[in-house]
Amino acid sequence: MMSRFRAGDRVRVRVGSPPRHVRTPCYVQGKIGRVERLHGAYRNPESLAYGGDGLPRQALYLVRFPQSELWAKYAGSARDQLLIDIYEHWLEPA
Amino acid sequence: MHDDSHDDRHVPPAPDHDPTDFEKRVEAVQALLVEKGILTADEVRRAVEEMDSRTPAQGARVVARAWVDPAFKARLLADAKAAISELGITVGFDATIVAAENTERVHHVVVCTLCSCYPRGLLGYPPDWYKSLNYRSRVVVDPRGVLKEFGLVLDPNVEVRVLDSTADMRYLVIPARPSGTEQMGEEELASLVTRDSLIGVAEARPPAMR
Repeated sequence: MMSRFRAGDRVRVRVGSPPRHVRTPCYVQGKIGRVERLHGAYRNPESLAYGGDGLPRQALYLVRFPQSELWAKYAGSARDQLLIDIYEHWLEPA
Repeated sequence: MHDDSHDDRHVPPAPDHDPTDFEKRVEAVQALLVEKGILTADEVRRAVEEMDSRTPAQGARVVARAWVDPAFKARLLADAKAAISELGITVGFDATIVAAENTERVHHVVVCTLCSCYPRGLLGYPPDWYKSLNYRSRVVVDPRGVLKEFGLVLDPNVEVRVLDSTADMRYLVIPARPSGTEQMGEEELASLVTRDSLIGVAEARPPAMR
């Protein structure tokens, strides 16, 4: 499968709130994390939600963010992390 | 809709309360699917029955095996669905199950901030709190605070990893094996693995508390 990123790559989540179904929550948009692993290629939910075929499949990644990168006032430990599944078209190199 | 003659019914008997708007909608959609010949009432019933047969006990069996068999645990972490099928458990419709292991150093807790994604094909229905906006919005911002509300206080040296299942992955937490369980067999170990420990808001039960 063709995938743009590999484990360890720094990525930034794209920003956008199109008036349609997306699976990229606002709280990670614009944030920089690292690719933890490549899950594989999955049908695009932004097409499936409207009865589409979800093709072409999108590479899906588990992306890791330090919690302190996501929340300015994060109260937990500095080592805490958040990991989230993001489709490739929502990621850009950082 | 709610007459006493059952010959026209395409949906199961209604519960003993006034149906909520959601229930009315589900009933209407189901009645249409049956009337149009897309599904039979029996197929719907069987699907519900099958869904109801999935319980956290299945996840507990998987974890107990992982605790006693390191090679199985390695396979579970590499390809959970294939490893789970070795136990004769068929995971339902879930796309992909991913296992995450809790250790002395790392603690995983699972959420779906966007809706209520959950490994239903293995564990059955999620608890109501898992679907609540309260849990979904707060556990990502303040996981340690939310875990404390569940009675779990984690050492600051433990790395907390929140897993937000926004896509096709369904996360299953493998809780750490409690100490004092070295002599226990697999079945006994499984009894220590609760639903909440499979989500990561609790640890597995210590043996004394059973």
